[in-house]
Amino acid sequence: MGAVAVIELLASQSASSFPVLNAIILVPVLGALVVVLLPNSRPEMMRPVGAVFASIAAAMSLYVMAQFSSHDAGFQFESIQSWIPALGINWHVGIDGISLWLVVLTGLITPIVLLAVDPHHEPKSYTAWLLLLQAGSFGAFLALDLFLFFVMFEIVLVPMYMLIGGWGYEDRRYAATKFFIYTMAGSALMLVAIVSVATLSAGEQGITFDVVELAQRQALSTNTARLCFLAFALAFVIKVPIFPMHTWLPDAHTQAPTAGSVVLAAVMLKLGTYGLLRFGLYLFPEASVWSAPTLATLGVIGVIYGAIVATMQKDLKRLVAYSSVAHMGFIVLGIFAFTTQSLEGGILQMVNHGLSTGALFLLVGMLYERRKTRAIEELSGIQSAAPIFAGFFTIVMLSSIGVPGLNGFVGEFLVLIGSYETRRWWTIIAATGVILAALYLLWAYQRVFHGEPTATDEATPDLTLREGLTLAPFIAGIIFLGIYPKPLLDRIEPAVDGLIAHIENHSDYERPSPAAPVIVDHNQLSGDDH
Amino acid sequence: MRGLSQLVFVGPSIDWWALLPQMILLGAALLILLVSALAPQRTSGGFSTVTTLCAAVTAYFVALGLWSDVQTEGPSASIASALGVDGFSIFFTILILTGLVATALIAHSYLDREGIDPPEFYALLLCSAAGAIVMASANDLIVMFLGLEALSIGLYVMIAMHARRPEARESAMKYFVLGAFSSTFLLYGIALIYGSTGSTNLVHVRDYLGAVVFRDQHLLMAGMALLLVGFSFKVAAAPFHFWAPDVYQGAPSPVTGWMASIAKAAGFAAFLRVFFGAFGAHNADWSPVVAVLAFLTLVTGSVMAILQSDVKRMLAFSSISHAGYVLVAVQSTADGGTSAALFYLFTYTFMVLGSFAIIGAMGADGEHPLDRYAGLGRSRPVLAMAFTILLLAQAGVPLTSGFVGKFQVIAAAVGHRSYLLAAVAMLSAVIGAFMYLRIVMTMYVVDDGAEGPSPTLHWTVAIVLIGTVGFTLLVGIVPQFLIEFAEDAVPVLIRG
Repeated sequence: MGAVAVIELLASQSASSFPVLNAIILVPVLGALVVVLLPNSRPEMMRPVGAVFASIAAAMSLYVMAQFSSHDAGFQFESIQSWIPALGINWHVGIDGISLWLVVLTGLITPIVLLAVDPHHEPKSYTAWLLLLQAGSFGAFLALDLFLFFVMFEIVLVPMYMLIGGWGYEDRRYAATKFFIYTMAGSALMLVAIVSVATLSAGEQGITFDVVELAQRQALSTNTARLCFLAFALAFVIKVPIFPMHTWLPDAHTQAPTAGSVVLAAVMLKLGTYGLLRFGLYLFPEASVWSAPTLATLGVIGVIYGAIVATMQKDLKRLVAYSSVAHMGFIVLGIFAFTTQSLEGGILQMVNHGLSTGALFLLVGMLYERRKTRAIEELSGIQSAAPIFAGFFTIVMLSSIGVPGLNGFVGEFLVLIGSYETRRWWTIIAATGVILAALYLLWAYQRVFHGEPTATDEATPDLTLREGLTLAPFIAGIIFLGIYPKPLLDRIEPAVDGLIAHIENHSDYERPSPAAPVIVDHNQLSGDDH
Repeated sequence: MRGLSQLVFVGPSIDWWALLPQMILLGAALLILLVSALAPQRTSGGFSTVTTLCAAVTAYFVALGLWSDVQTEGPSASIASALGVDGFSIFFTILILTGLVATALIAHSYLDREGIDPPEFYALLLCSAAGAIVMASANDLIVMFLGLEALSIGLYVMIAMHARRPEARESAMKYFVLGAFSSTFLLYGIALIYGSTGSTNLVHVRDYLGAVVFRDQHLLMAGMALLLVGFSFKVAAAPFHFWAPDVYQGAPSPVTGWMASIAKAAGFAAFLRVFFGAFGAHNADWSPVVAVLAFLTLVTGSVMAILQSDVKRMLAFSSISHAGYVLVAVQSTADGGTSAALFYLFTYTFMVLGSFAIIGAMGADGEHPLDRYAGLGRSRPVLAMAFTILLLAQAGVPLTSGFVGKFQVIAAAVGHRSYLLAAVAMLSAVIGAFMYLRIVMTMYVVDDGAEGPSPTLHWTVAIVLIGTVGFTLLVGIVPQFLIEFAEDAVPVLIRG
């Protein structure tokens, strides 16, 4: 009993004073340092030690989730430290319903990936880079200072670049460089825009890079704000990636090692959509409304284009990569429809995509470990040799297609319903993307898992217990969110409502009023009959 | 007797304390030469290196003392206002001394390996450093020119000291001819400035330009233009950069590092002092020209860098594009721009010295192909990581000093409303990043089983690497102290 009291006391204290968000960012960094200092003679220790630190960060993100108050639209667990006072820059972190689930996702994915995927060589630097990637992603999702966000947004490129370059496949040099340059080119203009926003909004209150403060000031003229928004949007459009800026993605995904692909899909792509929400919509409400038709159109093009191109892929990993383009297009449509449901669906879909595409990349990686090929035509009839593998693949694939009862359905449905109110034709076209997703995924499944197995296909070993356990959290998440997404939506909704209210306050956009319920007056009806 | 005493020449009052850093360096140079002449067998590399280091450290402490004097009592000038003692000059003194320490350490093992006589090299290095300090603190165009020549003449010989290698001699010849060429531009500019304002003293020039409205300012404009050309030669700004790649490639690596860092910093010091201090009233005239130079320099440097396959040439072009960033800060004509330029130069010095320390350790032949680095990430992971950090810092990746430097340059440009130039600067950073990533990729991406190079790393070079990499990361994470240092170092022209 005493122990429980002590724990409760600690919990209540830490909720108020302990800067848990800073700890979430710093624990993986600490882990990376520890891993680097481990002796080279013990290569088998690297990944477990790294996983311990990644798990501590994950546990802290779960703690934040548990302590998160669900009816608060503002930022929670905020922490501000002066960082570079000469330039008006603070270390300001905080979490709200928009970032909460992405943080939890980042927390959970990294330890799983660390334990699940064997790098085959140089486990020390591999582990250290993955931990730094986790820290940087946390930082980007939690940052409430533009400078801090930019630092984190760019710094995640380095570990990912190193992972692709060091542990990737045959074209890794090209893919890694393309990935880095593309993303850096996008954020180059964003840095100019960040400085411009801060300088031009300075006024008498002094220069600040604080997101909350800048969003309240709204000091830019319409045209300046639009230009700055475009610079921000370019960075995020490339990161998401939205058609036609997506060409780095298939290369990076295909050439990256499995762990890189999983984190890239599950976490790093979300930086783009998250950035659009947090910095696009929040800082530039008027410009977002102004640009919404264009961006929603690009999103819808992405949905259709990604699906069509995915259908034609011969490489399983490339197929999953293009399916990412399609899924992310959905999210972008949801964001730029500006209704509560569409934004909720978009955010939920970010988590869903992380789970389903992350799991798909893991599965494709496992298949590659067994067969040393990703080519669809070299595989067939695997189902009979590896039924459990096929079963896992089926569930994840159905989630990705958006079959009711699994998580993908909830997110896509919310996006479609929400967008229909404000962007009817876009929604109708995007809805066909759901059908196309069924087409390319089921066709790929059919070719790989059904059909006549050759001798090598017969020899494909089934999932080991260890692999099953790594996939289990993904499957659990997929099914849980499909049946009971309420806990997530409850926490997302206040933040989303607040964001839309903010947009309404600072632009001429008004969300459609909920349709008045049709009250049928039977007396009246019967009266007319006479 | 009484009549005679009135004729006695009374020199200007001299603040010896303020001259001490230069004098210590020159004294050390003389000491090295003297000892090497008297006891040639005793003057191994060790003696010269240690003497140079001691001189640099002593001068460093004097400079720190001067800094606190200036902060408490304000700036001053000495020798009839010919030499200024302000935050600016001491900032550069400290920067130059840091570069001196690093170069001495890098050169120690390099000279030993290449069989170059150490005493002469160190004596010239010290003279060159003293010249650089004079350049940064000169309040008079003629004194500035003297400093410039002291810096350059030392460099001409240091480049050529690798006597057996024809590239080094060619490189020295090229630098000498073009250096002399640029000096004539400077001198002619100084003459025209003297013609239009009646003085070579910067304080007088500033006061004159502030008080007088010209009916016809062609002479002044021509003078300013010629000075601009001269300085652009020295800092290797496009389109006056053609000498840089060849000279950087041919020179011994420690000397290349010295040229890319300190010679460039001293050039910018004189540039900033003359244009901000003396020509501040006419900044509407020179700022657009500097903006054009910045644009050309950024684009030329970054685009040409990606076409190279020789690491030294790559870094030579990258050094040109870095001069472009400093020029972006300079054209903003504000105090914020000056401190951004100073911050950038300070941090860049560390990055480039560290890079050339590694290049020096990787071998010194005339050709320095990229292939030499293949597999370094596997054979020497720590060294490769150090080089990676230095390269990424030059690319401007966050959490390195390079990013904070770029950020301030962008902020200065945006403050001056040169959004286009800011965008060009960032985009050329992306182009430049391609080149740095090529080197990084070469180090890390190798086919399985390939053996990487394993150069011997002398402990003096290791010290330089620890210092430069540590400083690069430190300033990247907590830049406040260096920003304040640079803000306190804005040039002040004062009559002594």
